[in-house]
Amino acid sequence: MSADISIQRGATIHLKGRAEKILSEASPSKTFALKPDNFFGIVPRLMVKEGDKIAKGAPVFYAKKNPQIVFVSPVSGIVKEIQRGAKRKILKIVIEAQKGEAIVHKIPSLNRLDRKTVTDILLKSGAWPFIKQRPYGVLADPDLTPKSIYISTYASAPLNVDFQFLLKNNQKDFQTGIDILNFMTDTAVNLSVESSYLGFFENIKGVNLLPVKGPHPAGNVSVHIHKHDPINMGEKVWEVRPEDVANIGKLFTTGEFSARRTIAVAGESVSYPHYVITTIGALISSVTDITGYDNKQQNRFINGDVLTGNAEAPDGHLDFHNNLLSIIPEGNRYRMLGWLPFVDNKIPSLSKTSLSWLFASKGHSVDTNMNGEERAFVVTGEMEKVFPMNIYPMQLLKACMAGDIERMEALGIYEVLPEDFGLIDYANTSKIEAQEIIKQGIELMIKEVG
Amino acid sequence: MSFLRRKLDDLKKPFEKGQKWEKYAPAINAFDTFLFVPNHTTQTGAHIRDAVDLKRTMVTVIIALLPALIYGIYNTGYQYFIQTGEAFTFLDAFIHGSWKIIPMIIVSYVVGLTIEFIFAIYRGHEVNEGYLVTGLLIPMIMPVDIPLWMVAISVAFAVLIAKEAFGGTGMNILNPALTARAFAFFAYPTYMSGNKVWVSEASNIDAISGETILGTLAAGGNVNYSFFEMFQGSIPGSIAETSALFVVIGAAILIATGVGSWRIMLGGVIGAALVGFLFNLWGANALMSFSWVNHLVVGGFAFGLVFMATDPVSAAQTNKGKWVYGILVGVFCILIRVFNPAYPEGVMLAILLMNVFAPTIDHYVIQGNINKRKKRWASALKTA
Repeated sequence: MSADISIQRGATIHLKGRAEKILSEASPSKTFALKPDNFFGIVPRLMVKEGDKIAKGAPVFYAKKNPQIVFVSPVSGIVKEIQRGAKRKILKIVIEAQKGEAIVHKIPSLNRLDRKTVTDILLKSGAWPFIKQRPYGVLADPDLTPKSIYISTYASAPLNVDFQFLLKNNQKDFQTGIDILNFMTDTAVNLSVESSYLGFFENIKGVNLLPVKGPHPAGNVSVHIHKHDPINMGEKVWEVRPEDVANIGKLFTTGEFSARRTIAVAGESVSYPHYVITTIGALISSVTDITGYDNKQQNRFINGDVLTGNAEAPDGHLDFHNNLLSIIPEGNRYRMLGWLPFVDNKIPSLSKTSLSWLFASKGHSVDTNMNGEERAFVVTGEMEKVFPMNIYPMQLLKACMAGDIERMEALGIYEVLPEDFGLIDYANTSKIEAQEIIKQGIELMIKEVG
Repeated sequence: MSFLRRKLDDLKKPFEKGQKWEKYAPAINAFDTFLFVPNHTTQTGAHIRDAVDLKRTMVTVIIALLPALIYGIYNTGYQYFIQTGEAFTFLDAFIHGSWKIIPMIIVSYVVGLTIEFIFAIYRGHEVNEGYLVTGLLIPMIMPVDIPLWMVAISVAFAVLIAKEAFGGTGMNILNPALTARAFAFFAYPTYMSGNKVWVSEASNIDAISGETILGTLAAGGNVNYSFFEMFQGSIPGSIAETSALFVVIGAAILIATGVGSWRIMLGGVIGAALVGFLFNLWGANALMSFSWVNHLVVGGFAFGLVFMATDPVSAAQTNKGKWVYGILVGVFCILIRVFNPAYPEGVMLAILLMNVFAPTIDHYVIQGNINKRKKRWASALKTA
């Protein structure tokens, strides 16, 4: 199928340790965690205290600004611990799994649903946090109708997840999820698919299929929106991740909050990289028990991909949204004269001062070394090479650093999320922390403009 | 390696946080990071990083400069021996040139890096690698007989006024190396222009006179060099500017590694060729009728365009802007050559002028992007 969205600028980084297409079940996880930081822009208000017994699907906390949005327990059990950080900020709510009941919601038959009922069920059941809203990547506002909804099934980031495979046993739930989401907006849900790999997505009804072609970040929703129907000032667009579409579908079939999470455990440190079925917020060890990893060296565990994910301790928990757990070696080592051109070509590089492209076909080894130190902006044009939108990334970064709201707006802050700057973080010569700068810019926008 | 590493770690102890020499850490770090890429790991943002860093980029520029520098050293000796009529070998010429030029490079690095280190310590940031290139460029674009103290003052002026006063590497408006040359040009004109400065010892030995081609043309004289001599660079001029051939090799390195902007280089050639060609048609004086092809290979045009106009900090930063900027550098270079006989070489002033206008060019390019976005917003409002 010809691609509706075709991009040239970008880079696909092939890393060693891609997940094989094998599904297995995770070992039982003793505890599960909800991390309020997984939901950008919310302030949590607890609804439970340590020692409370809760059912699966029972609310644990709500968003201060919008109390209708509740976050529910993925399992039944006992609230074991509420971990707090500086200024008593809630970092984690740990729930010890125990046999118990699940909350079941009454679902009217599909043909009697309307937008309001669907919204109510999604909110009550705790499935609402599956929906992200742009601009800014915050939780969706239940009181408004979005201009459109986007679902990207093309993961182009390093160690990419294959959603076709991941969802192969949940096609029916996925279709139901799409039908439900179609209640929320006036136009058909946009489903972006890799143009050469449509698979079962081609048979999904009620969607506007968007075949996409090109290197990473071709799979990012920002790119699809930008090329398909860019966000204008004041417009809101929603985004749902593919497995969460199936989770929503399952909720409307069974009446129970579905917290299914299929994790591609991948990366060079993983002994047997493949897909593992588990539950949102499960212990990382419950999946690495199955896949194994090289524990003789220091590793970094990343909830998400190596460009945009969150680091987590090996005894920590999975995040709410991620379908990928990347495990790569830490890079706290010195490299003698490593700054010379054409030295250490094994380290992947987009720069032509390295011969790393020779090793691309086999997949690169990477670690977490910075490969240099932060410097002022010097080199120009390199950010544009990995940024396929009609936005000037360096100028936008500078506007964010200066806190110049009007300029950020004019340069396109509404159309980007920090994740779109993952490759810029990776590729820029001056080691500028672009994602962090954009995140701070977005926080400023939320504070000043809302 | 681990032995050296341990020694270095011991050496660095007094510079650590809370220790007595903490303030001077940037100085020792600069040396350390030249030996070893540090063991720092990613803390925020992407967990993996590209192998490229600013050191690698700057060293690539230095590598690209080396062919022109080596030829410049040889040509310094060659011009001297040809004019005095002595018999000489390649090695003689090279040694003569080295005696002249290596002290200039040392002075440039010592003075420039000292100032850079002081500012890094004062501002509490790491030493930026930019001066490694600037420090080599400055001697390469000076006349060979310029006294070393003038080199030192020009360097100090460039680093202090053109760079640090604006906030250091990445913040400067003008190219520091060209600023150094412009400073020397206006402060010490007798050492920077005329017919007695371009060949080694020309002012001391009567037998030697060495006028640059553009100088001869501006004075209305005839040029006796063949195109090949001009291209190969066996002509008088600033130390490393004379050989278009070796500059082209440098340009190839910069373009192949992606370090230098091909847009600026190609734009400059197009701009200069076009204006040169138009003047050929007009042909009112010697410089106007000087073939446009020759304009591209004589003087500092090629060197300036490849190594100075492409300085990413002072050039235009957007891709469209780079085209405009490059073309205008070429256009102004030839215009100044032809219309301003006081400055037979126009490339220095053309690039400095365009450095000043680069932000303006970018402004209009970016404004175009902004206007497009705002227009889209407006039309979305209308249909809504």
